[in-house]
Amino acid sequence: MSEYKMHMMVCGGTGCRASESDTIVEKMKKELEYRNLDEDVQVVITGCFGFCEKGPIVKMLPDNTFYTEVKPDNVTEIIDEHIIKGRKVQSLLYVDPNKGQAEPDSKHMDFYKKQIRIALRNCGFINPEVVDEYIAADGYEALGKVLADYTPEQTIDIIKQSGLRGRGGGGFPTGLKWQFAAQNEADKKYVVCNADEGDPGAFMDRSILEGDPHSVLEAMAICGYTMGSDEGIIYIRAEYPLAIERLHIAIKQAREYGLLGKNILGTGFDFDITLRYGAGAFVCGEETALIHSMEGLRGEPTVKPPFPAESGYNGKPTNVNNVETFANIPAIILKGAEWFSAIGTEKSKGTKVFALAGKINNVGLIEVPMGTTLREVIFEIGGGIKDGKKFKAVQTGGPSGGCLTEKHLDTPIDFDNLLAAGSMMGSGGMIVMDEDDCMVAMAKFYLEFTVEESCGKCAPCRIGNKRLHETLDKITEGKGTLHDLELLKNMSNVIKDTSLCGLGQTSPNPVLSMLEHFYDEFLGHVSDHKCEAGQCKSLLKYNIIEEECVGCTACARVCPVGCISGEKKEVHIIDQSICIKCGACMDKCKFNAIELI
Amino acid sequence: MAKVKTLADLRKMKSELQSKIQLRENAENPESVVQIRVGMATSGIASGAKEVYHYFTEEMAKRNINGLTTQVGDMGYCYAEPTVEVLVPGKDPIVFGYVDVKKADQIIEKYIKQGELLDGIIPPNYQNINE
Amino acid sequence: MIKLTIDNKVVEVEKGTTIFHAAKKLNIEIPILCYMNLEHLDIENKPGGCRICVVEVEGRRNLAPSCSTKADDGMVVRTNTMRVINARRTVMEFILSDHPKECLTCSKSGHCDLQDMAQKLGVREIPNETTCEMSSYRLDTSPSIIRNLDKCIMCRRCETMCNEVQTVGALSAINRGFEAAVGTAFEMNLEASTCTYCGQCVAVCPTAALTEVDHTPQVIRAIADPTKTVVVQTAPAVRAALGEEFGMDAGTLVTGEMVTALRGLGFDHVFDTDFAADLTIMEEGTELLGRLNAHLAGDKDVKLPILTSCCPGWVNFFETQFPDMKDIPSTARSPQQMFGPIAKTYFANKLGIKREDMVVVSIMPCLAKKYEAQRDEFKVDGNPDVDFSISTRELAHLIKQANMDLTTLEKSEFDQPMGESTGAGVIFGATGGVIEAAARTAYEVHTGKTLEKVDLKQLRGMEGIRAGSVDFDGLEVKIGIAHGLGNARKLLNDIREGKSHFHAIEIMACPGGCIGGGGQPLHHGDSEILQKRAAALYREDAGKPIRKSHENPAIKELYETFLGEPCGELSHELLHTHYFDRKRKRDIED
Repeated sequence: MSEYKMHMMVCGGTGCRASESDTIVEKMKKELEYRNLDEDVQVVITGCFGFCEKGPIVKMLPDNTFYTEVKPDNVTEIIDEHIIKGRKVQSLLYVDPNKGQAEPDSKHMDFYKKQIRIALRNCGFINPEVVDEYIAADGYEALGKVLADYTPEQTIDIIKQSGLRGRGGGGFPTGLKWQFAAQNEADKKYVVCNADEGDPGAFMDRSILEGDPHSVLEAMAICGYTMGSDEGIIYIRAEYPLAIERLHIAIKQAREYGLLGKNILGTGFDFDITLRYGAGAFVCGEETALIHSMEGLRGEPTVKPPFPAESGYNGKPTNVNNVETFANIPAIILKGAEWFSAIGTEKSKGTKVFALAGKINNVGLIEVPMGTTLREVIFEIGGGIKDGKKFKAVQTGGPSGGCLTEKHLDTPIDFDNLLAAGSMMGSGGMIVMDEDDCMVAMAKFYLEFTVEESCGKCAPCRIGNKRLHETLDKITEGKGTLHDLELLKNMSNVIKDTSLCGLGQTSPNPVLSMLEHFYDEFLGHVSDHKCEAGQCKSLLKYNIIEEECVGCTACARVCPVGCISGEKKEVHIIDQSICIKCGACMDKCKFNAIELI
Repeated sequence: MAKVKTLADLRKMKSELQSKIQLRENAENPESVVQIRVGMATSGIASGAKEVYHYFTEEMAKRNINGLTTQVGDMGYCYAEPTVEVLVPGKDPIVFGYVDVKKADQIIEKYIKQGELLDGIIPPNYQNINE
Repeated sequence: MIKLTIDNKVVEVEKGTTIFHAAKKLNIEIPILCYMNLEHLDIENKPGGCRICVVEVEGRRNLAPSCSTKADDGMVVRTNTMRVINARRTVMEFILSDHPKECLTCSKSGHCDLQDMAQKLGVREIPNETTCEMSSYRLDTSPSIIRNLDKCIMCRRCETMCNEVQTVGALSAINRGFEAAVGTAFEMNLEASTCTYCGQCVAVCPTAALTEVDHTPQVIRAIADPTKTVVVQTAPAVRAALGEEFGMDAGTLVTGEMVTALRGLGFDHVFDTDFAADLTIMEEGTELLGRLNAHLAGDKDVKLPILTSCCPGWVNFFETQFPDMKDIPSTARSPQQMFGPIAKTYFANKLGIKREDMVVVSIMPCLAKKYEAQRDEFKVDGNPDVDFSISTRELAHLIKQANMDLTTLEKSEFDQPMGESTGAGVIFGATGGVIEAAARTAYEVHTGKTLEKVDLKQLRGMEGIRAGSVDFDGLEVKIGIAHGLGNARKLLNDIREGKSHFHAIEIMACPGGCIGGGGQPLHHGDSEILQKRAAALYREDAGKPIRKSHENPAIKELYETFLGEPCGELSHELLHTHYFDRKRKRDIED
């Protein structure tokens, strides 16, 4: 078979599939065959490119042409122009909103310039459903190397020396965790992959599993070797059907090659992996809750110690790592601990995947070295704030993290710096807020999530978070008092101090950090009853400007509660006590006579 | 599928499979391989650039040179079309004008393989494309 | 041993000791709410959920729950810093903010752990009380137990009792977040669940989320009705615990005072369930010997071991969980249900009154008895053999309402004839007692000899599963004993697998037997109380002139003048029953 001259990489991630990327693939294959080009051009379904804002993504190789928002209708154009005539389809190229020009290829895009992809190395590079492509990209060589050349202790030492820390949020040194699990003697041990990604807006684990499932399988086997386990379980939320499907395919292929199962690579090492589905509770990301859920029990945490390394799944020593953590392992083994530890900051090595969301131009998934500043991430990679608005804050760490402001923009991002700034790394969610976002409403939004997701086991989390939410709600309704601000602070501190698991211990973080950085805004809500961002409806007032009103009665007619009165050709008045602030009058008025104050 | 029985088997398998994704590897790290950029704007195509482009893609592979042939837009030297820019790692880029199949053969054999300069180099007052 | 410092005092404890227990050694009483430890029964509930017992541990970022955090060598702990006190109080405010403030009418008022703790922590107001949303659930009433989850504080004690101790599996945590509570699967009615009404959940509930159905109003009305003759029977375990409700030490016997109080309340005849217990021995003992002899004679159809059937919680348990084995237990009714029909036939005849004009009230340490009393097979034309069953706690309330203080009452004797009992009847209230009583009689009937050593101490104790044997003049009768349904399950599984070698097994649903019943005064997690109650019953037994059921003169007379012989035709009609397969209970819509 002759080699393909061109590879057409089509994103097959959940996001792009939702916008018909699978139809693009089908159509492309058909059209290529029709034109006798199917031996020249290979169509490859890949994992996520990260540039989800503009999906579906089609990347043409070898010239790295990066087509965005491709529709099935564009297929023939791409073939005729790009493949046959060798001309880029200008209308599909990504236009940088800041530069106003089309980027000829991905190498020129600011989005990719500062990224280093380790965990995402194969996402968008190989077909996740073809194990041969993974093997061609050094797949399973790390496992082979470890089994052939290293003792379990040596392997653990490499991971320890690399400085890899858990990517699920805790940031606990991975090598040390493996060592604990290895040290506990037992007749049975388990390796568990935590794929219960629950932070709103975070989808790196899903993307890795969809784009490069074998890397996680390989890493789990390596982990199994180090701790003396022959069984791995991936706990994955049932809402990730594509990731589950790809994992099933990957496990099947790995078994067929004997890369999972008995006597792997003739070394006598046995290891196999199965999947366990979670129902998608946020708290099941906490490892003890996750283990209970796997055991068929209620998904709620228990007091640690005992740690899972001592008594985990079925009471046996268990090592739980997150997907992204595992995805780093093969690369570390192959390239060495020094290579990995040369990337990043003093105490946070390697890279971190972040999910950019909110008021940012380039919503998507990125992987940058630890120590990259927020400014680089938001303004260079992320392309800055949407619609030229002003940056206000960024929430890192999801609902467990805190917000960072203008003054933190040049802080290098790593585990410790984020903690010091009152936030946390979490699983890598980054939600950017602009001047239109009210911080009280934001805090309330996050609390709403934790109230919903608390398991209810311990009192401070079960009831305290509810009270926090009620108090925030009261403030956004304009009924808050100065005393409420003090209550917020005390309740937050106590919930953090007394909650049983990480969920409650971090849930007040958004409130505390927003109170700290935007105290004036909170104060404005309770003392002046003003929401500067204009987001808290109850604090807004629709007002008719006397000079502008012509008395056309349009507003009165459209008002659903009938709170606008006035005779024809006379100035109308809004009864504020009845107004529900729907804004219909303002939309209707042709004379710009209604203002929002 | 046959089982992969040893690490050596795995490595052998990998070396066989690697060619399938070599193009992607090269595209990812173009600066580490020989890059051939063929100017393929309308005028370039009219003067035979397409033929040259295909020649490079096929011959480079045949002659076992790890290289990357891509199509680029107008290079600004329309008088000398077809034009081809050649980037050999560690060397300054060079643009050749009036490239046909014969010339392409020379570029591969003499310049790329042996590092000898050829006729038809367009004077270095150009800017690197796309920058 | 490890050393640690708590509130600037050094204490040495064994490795594995919790901070809470280490502090206790220094007489520092860290407040606890959800934690419960029934040490002698090896039952511990420590979900670490209420967070009231938090303490400061040097070097630790957040506060540690002292009930579930193990002490470490060199640990420095502070239990009373302002950070800790503020946290405790704030958490208590949280808990109270989601708890109905109806202490005035709450049945648990005065015995409520939450109330006590709120008092201790000095909570005087709940921030933003008026705007606090309360979680709310539907009220679920069953024949024995009422669930009012509005008052549930998620301490999980009931869940531990129901699942780990009793292995009944009726209650577990449901919902999540603010709506979380402990309830039944799919929030079905308790009646439709696997609940056995053992009442152990009620016994440990710190609040009034789980309470018994109150039958005292019906009892009051019955006594007040001049057309009714009201007969009362009191179970053996009641006399060993009732005093606690009046501030007396655990294990104080108040038999005589209780009889005086019952008479004072206006019951027409004050009788003793111990009488019925002796009757049970006659029936059950005869059945045991019959089966044993048939078995020894080689009859393959005869099933052994024979299991006791005095405990209604246990009966409910095997009817729902082991219906395939429902022909193994004795068919003898429980003492409560033997008393009822005898009272409404034999005794009513003596009085010359009609069945409908007699009301039988039982005082029981038990909540399952309420359910048992209303079972259809224990009714004649809709008229129940036992009209109302009230718990020890309910009786205490009644006595208090009647302005009586048990501690100052004179002692008096039960009425005749159904107040006459032996020591064998008394020990029914403690684990192992029924089988010991049965063995005393069976021995003499089987061997024809007098049992000299009446105290069969090999059958006593607090271990969950016990084995002992009694020498029946060369025949070694092997006896098994289990208390707590989880232990019962183990023995039942053995029988099912053919691994059991016992001839007879006594099973009591509640840990400790009836003295630890769900209707007894709350022990608040102190298992020493149970041991003292058991000791009191054995004391009463030892002091009785007659200690073997078959020697009870009133029982003898009953057989001579009315029943004929044990397991005879009339006995079968009045004193025996049959069991049902309740694996699939009918779902009762609310």
